[in-house]
Amino acid sequence: MSRAIRVLVAKAGLDGHDRGAKVVAQSLRDAGMEVIYTGLRQTPEMIVKAALEEDVDVVGLSLHSGAHMTLFPRVLELLREAGLDHVLLTGGGIIPEADRQALIEMGVGRLFGPGTPTSDLVDYISEEIAGRAKKGGRA
Amino acid sequence: MMDAARILSGDRRSLARGLSVIEDGGKDAIALLDQVWKQTGRARRLGITGPPGAGKSTLVAGLTTLLRAEGKTVGIIAVDPTSPFTGGALLGDRHRMTREASDDGVFLRSLASRGSLGGLSRAAPASLDLLDAAGFDVLILETVGVGQSEVEVAATADTVVVVLSPESGDAVQAMKAGLIEIADVLCVNKADRDGAAELIASLEAMLDLKENATWRPPAVATTGTESAAPLLEGIEKHANFLEGEDRLANRRRTGMAARLRALVASMIAERMLANSDEVLAAQAKAVEKAECSVLHAAERVVEEILG
Repeated sequence: MSRAIRVLVAKAGLDGHDRGAKVVAQSLRDAGMEVIYTGLRQTPEMIVKAALEEDVDVVGLSLHSGAHMTLFPRVLELLREAGLDHVLLTGGGIIPEADRQALIEMGVGRLFGPGTPTSDLVDYISEEIAGRAKKGGRA
Repeated sequence: MMDAARILSGDRRSLARGLSVIEDGGKDAIALLDQVWKQTGRARRLGITGPPGAGKSTLVAGLTTLLRAEGKTVGIIAVDPTSPFTGGALLGDRHRMTREASDDGVFLRSLASRGSLGGLSRAAPASLDLLDAAGFDVLILETVGVGQSEVEVAATADTVVVVLSPESGDAVQAMKAGLIEIADVLCVNKADRDGAAELIASLEAMLDLKENATWRPPAVATTGTESAAPLLEGIEKHANFLEGEDRLANRRRTGMAARLRALVASMIAERMLANSDEVLAAQAKAVEKAECSVLHAAERVVEEILG
């Protein structure tokens, strides 16, 4: 019974485009991860409550509404307030390169644009989590 | 080592970490459960099971709303199957109850069955114990009724609800699956669909045939979109029944004995088989060469393991 990587896949914001999130959720499952899919219209508070209760390693935010510069930092802030600093915050959607850089500087992980092969995301998460485990990361 | 005191005092982050410790099993899980064991037993435990697609998650959401309106706190463990091919799992109950899950008086944890043959995560009963000790008033264990899982649910829940829908097959199939035997409440969900009345009638007919039963499970009808009140009423009827004549205590005693036995059997098998690959391979060859039957080969392996 070895511990699988637990990932929360969340749709934040008010848009209803969830096919990408569902495809990602299935790919992560096929890669052996345990995926909690939260559904549409999640607020940052709901996302962090779920991340806490499910003791996830990763939160993946799917955003198509253009609100990424408010939502990512807000989720990051709430994760830190909840004592979940070790959680990797990643995600994707339509996010311009300049904004991605700004978010990475704040502490958000790599972000993935539309059309990225899901294997890239799987590899990124696997490597990141393995790296954190070596550093004794899980709080 | 986990600090149980914080869990017992209501800290949610510690509770979530504690649930992971329980899930990972081993010495840490044992140590943690030891620390909280005396605080368990206060919460009322409900088991919700049934075939996939019957609408269990929606009903759990409805029950949670009603229980919260009564001022009760609710802890939920939702179990979904781990893929035997990839080892991964899509845990989809949370997204069916996002409103209830965002309530501070509700704690929802999704578990993957993680290779447990019966479909019930081995950690599920101990996870309920931790939620119990953490102070939640009502605990709900939601799981798909496959394999032996419904027997395990019955051993750990005070009231078992079996949820069926007109699409999930007829009453005879439910009986074959053993679901009717373990049900304390039968719930026909999606009761606005064709076939619901017939399903209820055939369930009642089947229950009529059961002799010597002190408890006849009520067969309630819900639609999933309206209130879960008919289901909660059925559950409360059973709760009242259990209050008489030490029934609850007896049920819990029997259930705990069954749980202990199942854990021991599983742990013995794990330990005994841990270093037995060579023996097994050798005997498998003997069977293939027709030196003996597989029954005999199994006997030989066991005797060698037990020394």
